[in-house]
Amino acid sequence: MKRVSETLDNLGRSVLSGVEQMGGILILLISTLGWMFRPPLKLRAIIKQMEFVGVKSTFVVVLTGTFTGMVLALQSYHGFRLFSAEGLVGSTVALSMTRELGPVLTGLMVTARAGSAMAAELGTMRVTEQIDALYVMAANPIKYLVVPRIVASVFVVPLLTAISDFLGILGGYFVGVVLLDINKGIFVDNIYKYVELEDIYNGLIKAAFFGLLLSLIGCYKGFNTRGGAEGVGMATTEAVVIASVSILVADYFLTAIMF
Amino acid sequence: MIRIVDLYKSFKSQKVLDGVNLEIEDGKTTVIIGRSGGGKSVLLKHIIGLMKPDSGQILVDDVDIAKLDDRSLNEVRKKFGMLFQEGALFDSMNVAENVGFSLREHTKMKEEEIRVAVAEKLKAVGLTGIEEKMPSELSGGMRKRVALARAIAINPQIVLFDEPTTGLDPIMLEAINQLIIHTQKNFNLTCIVISHDVESIFKVGHKIAMLYDGKIIEYGTPEEIKKSPNPVLQQFLTGSIEGPIHIM
Repeated sequence: MKRVSETLDNLGRSVLSGVEQMGGILILLISTLGWMFRPPLKLRAIIKQMEFVGVKSTFVVVLTGTFTGMVLALQSYHGFRLFSAEGLVGSTVALSMTRELGPVLTGLMVTARAGSAMAAELGTMRVTEQIDALYVMAANPIKYLVVPRIVASVFVVPLLTAISDFLGILGGYFVGVVLLDINKGIFVDNIYKYVELEDIYNGLIKAAFFGLLLSLIGCYKGFNTRGGAEGVGMATTEAVVIASVSILVADYFLTAIMF
Repeated sequence: MIRIVDLYKSFKSQKVLDGVNLEIEDGKTTVIIGRSGGGKSVLLKHIIGLMKPDSGQILVDDVDIAKLDDRSLNEVRKKFGMLFQEGALFDSMNVAENVGFSLREHTKMKEEEIRVAVAEKLKAVGLTGIEEKMPSELSGGMRKRVALARAIAINPQIVLFDEPTTGLDPIMLEAINQLIIHTQKNFNLTCIVISHDVESIFKVGHKIAMLYDGKIIEYGTPEEIKKSPNPVLQQFLTGSIEGPIHIM
């Protein structure tokens, strides 16, 4: 009986904590939207964050996108060969990359690299009282710290996704046409035939949403860090886990709505 | 003038401030003493509006800051500067950017004027030629001095010091004490210092208040405090383990 009560107690606490965090994230989003349009716009800070989130994530996104397209071509080639439909490899790779793998993998990679860094940086600023110092100097930390990170992520993650999409298809082309000897014309023609502009746009819209999610969760976790170095470590881990899971869950619902 | 009236604050079931009443005199240094974890920093955070009380008033020039919205609170905060325990300098900015932060945000000064003002404030705390250094390149004492330069950059009326001498060697400790005394005098500031360093409190304080059990149990000049018969205060000042203050 006692064990059941303890289990229910723990379950209740977890649910309450989850609801509290979701509420906190929503409040942060509303505050961010409120501060986003109040002058002066912190353009310099936004550009600095764009460089951090975008330029510095490019290499990892290039690698991820290219090899995902390559392995996708390799796997689908073996499947399609059973039906003598090797010509569909190109369109399969292109559709998978633009609709799903480009945005999702880019979102996850940027979460691992930049989302974690946001949580760690803001968490360190919290425990070393730098965020309190901003309040004391009559400067709102949401405007100075959160708005630039979120704006930068929403703009930059779609750009990274576009790079990932393109290189994924290029990687698929290399494996399919160069290594596996699929007809070049059929490979490219099927991409034009089956991939619509809407697939690319919707993938990029998804990516913008993932950019919002990962930066919002990273900033929320950093902003609410408690308890020194251990707290910073915990905030960073939680930010990556929650943002990654949120991206995958949101991906399902966005896909259901968009396609 | 800052007046704290019947201030209460609890965290869950733990009462931290249990009816604090205190008047801070203008143009003087008031030192708030008390045990570690006794609520001194919590009190300081209420005075600058970083925390909201459960009940009570914090009157700054007769305005109750506990009831202000963010915008009005920010206007009041421009009267304040604060030196945090570890300095709280912004890691991503160099010394000049740190000290000039408030000037860039809240004044229309040109870059050249800010540069001159920053150099002047750094000189006031005994530092020159370190404008381009990053906070990570500074020693503990230098960080505190830069943080003080930042706190006084916008010429505030009131400066709060949260344990300014903690973690410093005896020479640097004395240097920071002298700096507080001279800065208060030169800029005619109202200073509130949180400390539990007994030697320092008598050097820098015009008035001393002891916070114990969530209340101000004693308030007076350094001479009055020294002569006070209050056993809690005397145990704190002498650092004795025998007395009414229980060691946990």
